[in-house]
Amino acid sequence: MLPLASAALLINPAWRRDAIEGGLALSDAASSILFNGSRLAPVFSDRDVTAFERYPLNSYLTHDPEIDLAEWRLEVSGLVRNSGAFTLDDIRALPRVRQNTRHICIEGWDVIGSFGGVRLRDVLMAIGVDQHARFVEFGCADDYYESIDMAAARHPQSLLCDEMYGRPLTREHGAPLRLVLPTKLGYKQAKYLTSLRVTNVLGPKRGYWVDLGYSWHGGL
Amino acid sequence: MHDRRDHHPAVVRVCHWTIALALAVVIPSGLEVFAAFPSFGDKIPQIDLIVPPSALRLGGWLGGALQWHVTFAWLLTMAMASYIGYQAITRNGRQVLFVTRDIGGVCPMVRHYLFLGPKPAIAEIYNPLQKMAYSAVVLLALLGILTGFALYKPVHLSWLVDAMGGFRMVRVWHFAATCGVLAFIPGHLVMVALHGWRNFASMWTGSHEAHGKE
Repeated sequence: MLPLASAALLINPAWRRDAIEGGLALSDAASSILFNGSRLAPVFSDRDVTAFERYPLNSYLTHDPEIDLAEWRLEVSGLVRNSGAFTLDDIRALPRVRQNTRHICIEGWDVIGSFGGVRLRDVLMAIGVDQHARFVEFGCADDYYESIDMAAARHPQSLLCDEMYGRPLTREHGAPLRLVLPTKLGYKQAKYLTSLRVTNVLGPKRGYWVDLGYSWHGGL
Repeated sequence: MHDRRDHHPAVVRVCHWTIALALAVVIPSGLEVFAAFPSFGDKIPQIDLIVPPSALRLGGWLGGALQWHVTFAWLLTMAMASYIGYQAITRNGRQVLFVTRDIGGVCPMVRHYLFLGPKPAIAEIYNPLQKMAYSAVVLLALLGILTGFALYKPVHLSWLVDAMGGFRMVRVWHFAATCGVLAFIPGHLVMVALHGWRNFASMWTGSHEAHGKE
């Protein structure tokens, strides 16, 4: 009988792990298929934005990986025409966007932040991304890492963000450059970015929290 | 004897135990998820409501709990969809569907269970109180599933989030639905215990008859 069979599946620890990790992977696959790239996350007026002092700080190792901002570069590699090191001015030359969007943490809390930067899809265009590439991997100064699907990377609200609340990113919020992805959970939105790599094959390091057990897709 | 032998059709029995198993996983794993942020308010300042005791939680940590929760939420969704679909299409669900003419029968039945009144004459297989309880728990489970999807995909289902009063209210509704289902379970178990082994066995075998009949 089906219910007894599923209960029996849970008795063996190895089957149990396969079952629940498989369940999450299936859910991620469904999330990727059903993701609608033209569906915009809700945007809010300045009145609704959470006060800057009440915007939570979550870090992996440290609030400040002590980046030398003058020497900072974004290392671009992988399936792109223009690989190499990009300065903040190179990135800031792209059309600027400001948006007030909700940041949802996997823990269950949410805040509405004010973010400024450039669209990730404009960056991908500028670096001559392979039109058929599937994933974008990000590395960070604090050794955090993440990877996202190309559909989310091309979403019009996905930003490489260098400003919060109209001011340059502070160190604890990820200076000089962080991801803002209103269609993904908070842990996907890496801070202190140092590298961007376009690939068709994800390596064993898919994301710091993802490798510990969170959903890779993390899509909202 | 046909109607008694088919007391619980196979689809209903499979769905019943699948739903029971799924609830036994999604509720404790949901408590572990809730423990990560046991509040319905702001993150700063954070005011914790109630931190579920670790003995009632499943998953060990937030990530482990979400693996359990998501996997068995799909099982619950599929079993609930099969149950409701079957009950609606075969019209078998009519015997447990609470309708307006049952309202008057609820209070006499409650009085009887509290030893305050005589046993009302019951014309149907299920009495009005049972029908109310079974219909309510199905609605509560549906609310739990609906709010669960809204929390899982609040951008894609932003219309649903708005209809339920915003993201934080969806968490409240999700929690309320869980409390409602939890309130049903002890009463259900007591009634099953009072009705004896054959009644319990019928949810496995389908029949109220003694074993061995062809």
